[in-house]
Amino acid sequence: MTRHIQLTEQGKLKHFLTIEGLDKELLTEILDTAESFAGMSEHQVKKVPLLRGKTIVNLFFENSTRTRTTFELAATRLSADVLSMNIATSATSKGESLLDTIHNLEAMHVDMFVVRHALSGAAHFIAQHTAPHISVINAGDGQHAHPTQAMLDMFTIRQHKKQFVGLKVAIVGDILHSRVARSQILALNTLGVSEVRVIAPKTLLPAQVKTMGVIPMHDMDEGLDDVDVVIMLRLQKERMNSAFLPSESEFFRCFGLTEAKLKRAKADAIVMHPGPINRGVEIASSVADGPQSVILQQVSNGVAVRMAIMSMAMHSQGGVA
Amino acid sequence: MNKILIKNGRVIDPANNIDAIGSVCIAGGKIVSVLEQAADFTAEQTIDANGQIVCPGFVDFSVRLREPGHTQKGNILSETRAALSAGVTSLCLPPDTKPCIDSPAVVEFIKDKAEKADYPNLYSIGALTQRLGGSELSAMFALKQAGCIAVSNASEPLGNLLILRRAMEYAATHDLLLMYRANEPALSGKGCAHEGAVASRYGLPGIPEAAESIALAQCLELAELTGCRVHISQISCKQSVIKLQQAKKYGLNVTADVAIHQLHLTEDNITPFDSNYHVLPPLRSAIDRQYLREGLVNGTIDAICSDHQPHDLDAKLGAFPETEAGVAALETLLPLTLALTQQHRIGLLQAIASLTCKPAQILGLASGTLKPGSAADVCIFDPQASWQVNRDNWLSAGCNTPYWQQTLTGRVTHTLLAGKVVYGLAELP
Repeated sequence: MTRHIQLTEQGKLKHFLTIEGLDKELLTEILDTAESFAGMSEHQVKKVPLLRGKTIVNLFFENSTRTRTTFELAATRLSADVLSMNIATSATSKGESLLDTIHNLEAMHVDMFVVRHALSGAAHFIAQHTAPHISVINAGDGQHAHPTQAMLDMFTIRQHKKQFVGLKVAIVGDILHSRVARSQILALNTLGVSEVRVIAPKTLLPAQVKTMGVIPMHDMDEGLDDVDVVIMLRLQKERMNSAFLPSESEFFRCFGLTEAKLKRAKADAIVMHPGPINRGVEIASSVADGPQSVILQQVSNGVAVRMAIMSMAMHSQGGVA
Repeated sequence: MNKILIKNGRVIDPANNIDAIGSVCIAGGKIVSVLEQAADFTAEQTIDANGQIVCPGFVDFSVRLREPGHTQKGNILSETRAALSAGVTSLCLPPDTKPCIDSPAVVEFIKDKAEKADYPNLYSIGALTQRLGGSELSAMFALKQAGCIAVSNASEPLGNLLILRRAMEYAATHDLLLMYRANEPALSGKGCAHEGAVASRYGLPGIPEAAESIALAQCLELAELTGCRVHISQISCKQSVIKLQQAKKYGLNVTADVAIHQLHLTEDNITPFDSNYHVLPPLRSAIDRQYLREGLVNGTIDAICSDHQPHDLDAKLGAFPETEAGVAALETLLPLTLALTQQHRIGLLQAIASLTCKPAQILGLASGTLKPGSAADVCIFDPQASWQVNRDNWLSAGCNTPYWQQTLTGRVTHTLLAGKVVYGLAELP
């Protein structure tokens, strides 16, 4: 059903809500399309007219700077008109007000919603209730999914490693609360890496993490041994408050990425982070700014990957110039 | 009063171990005879129940009528009509109305409405604590005097174990049954799904089994300490079944029910984010479901209830975690119970017992049986009749069921309340 709601009858991307249910061919198509956009930012004219006349609404019910900005930039480079809305939500905000917002914007004849929301399932909900000609792109829903982030990470991995087969990838940190990690795990497994390890204390792993197609580990030295890619996750400060962890310093001691720990990985291993970084909490500055870090490339790649996803979703709706 | 003859039906009365083709004679609102017809009985009304099953009206441990206080979701009229159409003639009403049932006035309000003709038997469950706040005991004696059949704190937490202990002691003082929804709030938190594979994958806040089984274990310990009669409401997991089984074997006077949806659905059904599957306690794993089914067969679980919770549309419109929990379940209770007998090794007699005489015995009601002399609350249903769950076949104000648009088998054709036909499928427009 997840597949059904995201794809047209011809199997083309209509909404982009989660990696679940999408096959290797489609993910590869996204990466290939992004590749064709990637060179564009170096051009004098950074625009293509693919989405000219289309209106894209960034609907952010949760704060974000980087994700929103790259979506805006991606839409602008596709020549779409962009409207960004930050809608502060409270815990008591009701579904009806969310739907009312959606229906009001629909009445203004928009073509695409890019949605970020604090609750898992919000993007699915909007996709299920929006008019059929509108595409919904999930820019992060609760702890469920952040599929465009996962795809820009896959893009970055492919840039450096050329292919996915045979790769060993370690994802380190707060897996439990991470929509990024959930989407990365699905994408990595779909693209055929040989191993996905998740390294975290048990308090920060989902209860049934083994059913997610990963190898759970609790020791960095063992977990980073011989890996090709290290993905560090951001640790939210509020995790100290509800007995997930004793302190930032103890977390850094056990799970922070230092130069010494990184030596366990392959010599050409790359270090990734979805940002924003907590230096000295999950990653040492010398690693974040070091030669193996590709963190800023991830940010640059975000624009091309989002251009690819937006143009593909609009294309399947039949409205692309 | 009307003399009614129900003839040619398959009469099932688990309380008296009856399962045979025959008639049921009713006069003066009471059952006169079962299987044989007294020579001097002349019926004024005859119902031919050929091919149908005739059994006692169902006794349901948990039905939210939503009145007073939440009438946008349903009301006494709409939900009791739904109950009668589903063969449910005795309903226990949890105290979480608004205002809640913590004073005789609210009990009287419901009773007054119920007495206005043809309503099923409504039994208020009194609040265990004032305003369901979990800290001060309610006036249980006054509630009992007003007609409350039991006390419970519904889904609201109690402040601490001392309050539960005192509440049990006080309830036992007045010989009140204490109904308990086992849930340790510190462990369930803001969870909205079983802490299993689906919640892990979907990033939904999870509720571990231990949130239920720890609270259950504490409650059982205190039941032994205080001697209070305890009924555990709507258990959902394997560990609860095991703990109850041990307690019963040990001789503790404890009973339990399960919501019908827990015997059919699992966490896998909620994908992707279908709020009609948002229930509390959450739908759990297939293993838990298996234990619940076995618990029903071996008697660890005494009764099946609908745990009927109608909602307005808005309550279910939203991202999964923010939607309200609960299923409108009265009208699917019978077909889903029958499906259990067909698909699994639960006998029809036992299944009907878990809807009739077993809950009645726990509640101390004389109903739930066709014994001559008892009130003629009777359900007649066609076990083969298929029907689609849709607006035309649905009386509850809440359409929040995972079975919407699905075709189910087994349908009530007549419901009799104190010897009067209060629902007849054929007479519907």
